[in-house]
Amino acid sequence: MWIYDKKLEYPIKISRPDPKMASVIITQYGGPDGEMAASLRYLSQRFSMITPQAKATLLDIGTEELAHLEMVGAMVQQLTKNATIEEIEKGGFAPYYVDHGKGVYAASASGVPFTAAYFQSKGDPRTDLFENLAAEQKARSTYEYLLNLADDPDVIQPLKFLREREIVHFQRFGEALRYVQEYLENKKRFSYNKTRS
Amino acid sequence: MICVNRDELLKVITALDFFAIDLQLYLNTHPTDREAIQKYNTVVKRTNELREQFHKSFGMLTPNTTSDYPWQWIEDPWPWERNFNFELAGECNVDL
Ligand SMILES: [Fe+2]
Repeated sequence: MWIYDKKLEYPIKISRPDPKMASVIITQYGGPDGEMAASLRYLSQRFSMITPQAKATLLDIGTEELAHLEMVGAMVQQLTKNATIEEIEKGGFAPYYVDHGKGVYAASASGVPFTAAYFQSKGDPRTDLFENLAAEQKARSTYEYLLNLADDPDVIQPLKFLREREIVHFQRFGEALRYVQEYLENKKRFSYNKTRS
Repeated sequence: MICVNRDELLKVITALDFFAIDLQLYLNTHPTDREAIQKYNTVVKRTNELREQFHKSFGMLTPNTTSDYPWQWIEDPWPWERNFNFELAGECNVDL
């Protein structure tokens, strides 16, 4: 289970409305490499994971991704809250606006609604961890593209924080994978010896 | 370190909690790093003290803590709202 902590992992305090930035940042909410996909991927995969190290890694990173999802939603909300209709039109936010107003909806920057097809839970510990390594890199690239488009320090700082976390997660998944590999190799060696004797 | 201001206190708690989250991820794959466990324990103890201080002055930070009358959990603002959050620049620095 989870218990809510009434604060963000990292503060979001945006002063200037920017619907254009909101229309691309939303992709880290409900897009293919976004935080929702990340969180659901890891939290789903943990049920069939092996080794205590890798189970804990999936649970805790999956949980941290939920905190990131909340940060991204807060960014979208604050970037649009005080935007005028004129700013919405000029910022190219009108297509999103007619579908969702200023609500936060899980979709990609190009408007595709969130789908579980963005991630796998393959039931094979090695396969799942390899997917996660790629997922963290894809999320990092996305944050870098967003940073290329951002000009407000209030937006840049949290995006940089989130980008950093993807690098740390990638590192931890690599370590978890080594525990799993080692465990599976030992098991194989052991069962090989057993069948010979 | 004395942080009486709500935003400053929240900032220090946020920083310490983040430190703990990061150490936790590290320890999951380095469970025999004695020094990191010590650091983790120190951070958690400190953040719990500060959480208690926050709770006394500014209300509930998490469920399973006591509430004054009326029910404090529902107090605005909420974390995703601009007003809830603190400015990153400030006077209190994190020290353990
Ligand atoms: Fe991540």
